[in-house]
Amino acid sequence: MSGELLRAEGIGKHFGGFVALEGITVSFAAGQLTSIIGPNGAGKSTFFNILSGALTPTSGKLHFRGRELNGLPQHRFVHQGISRSYQITNIFPDLSVHENVRVAAQALTVSYDIWRNRARLTELNARADAALEAVGLLGRRAELAKFLAHGQQRALEIAIALVSEPELLLLDEPTAGMGPEETKDMVALLERLAEKRTVLLVEHKMKMVLGLSERVVVLHHGRLLADGAPDEIRSNPEVRRVYLGQSEGYG
Amino acid sequence: MTSPSSGEAVAKPSSSGLGRLLDQRVLLSIAVLAVLPWLLPSQALAVNVLIYGVVVMGYNLLFGYTGLLSFGQAAFFGAGAYFTGIAIGRYGVPWFAAVPIAVLLSTGLAAAIGIVSTRTRGIYFSMVTLALAQLVYYVALQASSFTGGENGLRGFTVDRISLLGFPVNFLDPVNKYYVLMAFAALAMWFQSRILNSPFGAVIEAIRENEQRARACGYDVERSKLIVFMLSGAISSLGGCMLALHLSIVPLDILHYQTSGMIVMMVLLGGARSFFGPFVGAAAFLILEDVISVWTPHWQLFVGAIFVLFVLFLPKGIWGTLLDTLGVGKARP
Repeated sequence: MSGELLRAEGIGKHFGGFVALEGITVSFAAGQLTSIIGPNGAGKSTFFNILSGALTPTSGKLHFRGRELNGLPQHRFVHQGISRSYQITNIFPDLSVHENVRVAAQALTVSYDIWRNRARLTELNARADAALEAVGLLGRRAELAKFLAHGQQRALEIAIALVSEPELLLLDEPTAGMGPEETKDMVALLERLAEKRTVLLVEHKMKMVLGLSERVVVLHHGRLLADGAPDEIRSNPEVRRVYLGQSEGYG
Repeated sequence: MTSPSSGEAVAKPSSSGLGRLLDQRVLLSIAVLAVLPWLLPSQALAVNVLIYGVVVMGYNLLFGYTGLLSFGQAAFFGAGAYFTGIAIGRYGVPWFAAVPIAVLLSTGLAAAIGIVSTRTRGIYFSMVTLALAQLVYYVALQASSFTGGENGLRGFTVDRISLLGFPVNFLDPVNKYYVLMAFAALAMWFQSRILNSPFGAVIEAIRENEQRARACGYDVERSKLIVFMLSGAISSLGGCMLALHLSIVPLDILHYQTSGMIVMMVLLGGARSFFGPFVGAAAFLILEDVISVWTPHWQLFVGAIFVLFVLFLPKGIWGTLLDTLGVGKARP
């Protein structure tokens, strides 16, 4: 895998007087699975929201495939090839599972078409079903999304992000609130996804992150604390001090 | 299709016989409206159901399908009626040309109100639409040389029309009903196309989860503006029908009480159902007819019935009926 896909240069974010992020410079290569970790309040979610366009950075620049993203409205980020999932399940509850994904699939092509019959746009329907199959939900396609189990809703969330064929997939704690069994399924899904595309993961579960990622970025108090392969991170004394040692719960 | 049926508005082929029949929602709705004058106690009531049905159907696109609670739909209902009347009475435009002109102008008004209102959310959206619609009301009240002010707009009677070369007496209630029904059929066909289209999916996604729709790549503000204009266009056609029907335009049509009535009608019939608006309009107008015979305080009783509906039948008459029959809210 080669080439730099996304580069953040000196990203800072202030909320009034509160500094959430300061001087984050980091770049992500195509084809890698990178995790962003850090204690609560480290700025992971803020950083993620900036990468997906939901927040505008106070300072710094974002480059994606050589193009500057600053000033682009959030909905254009998907069109650039950046797609995300959310930490808190964020789906279309009263639409069918299939429609959840199909509506995401059409965003790049026929959003404002009021004339054609969408049931006849077979290519979109097929793409939606393919994304559902990739996350193992094809069998539930006709059900309303709100009737899925929590773990399945998390998987649906990923299918919604996946169907736009993003070059960069941002996943915000995909295993949040999951039991061990569901987590295992999700890890297997993440491994499959990472084979084919660039994935950026925010996670709390340390063991899982170190086992899964090719590279780990550690944030602490809004600053970049460490950046390296899982083994380096595991043995980094700074990281051990602020993160690993502080709570058994993350283990 | 297994129950619970899918939540889409799109009419998908259904395996059950009833479901398959209901897939033809436009044709079925037209068939029901065609026999309506013989089902209701009076022709006049049937014409009103037709007109308000179209207005409420347009509103349903905004409220039911997109989840935007506007309190200003009367502006477009009234605009359609006033523009039709002014075009015919003042500029001598033939009636068949006055209607599309009025719809276009009303859509322009919807664009203007929509640009301002769709930038706001929740209760602010409701209040901004209410305020701007009242602004339209006061403009109509003040510009009396154009609109007739509080006396309403008069002097544009359409009594005789020519259909494909055949003269038709438009004062005959049956003729009038079927000419107006053609407009209603057109509106239903248009609405059904929108609901089945990719854009129909976008507005439902926005209703379900605005943040997610944005993250999926949709320009939420632009989509809301488009649906606001489409909704205004369809409701204004109802206004055109009213002007042709009454040969006057009462000023009250623009008042916020009319907007409130539209909201009540859609909730009575069933928001998010295709035929619900016509059922709601019929229910409201029948209640008004029946109860006002007994007491001048009919609004008190209609209000109480409305509250009972909101509490116990939130899907309205038609939505509840469809659920009971097991064909789901996605049906006509």
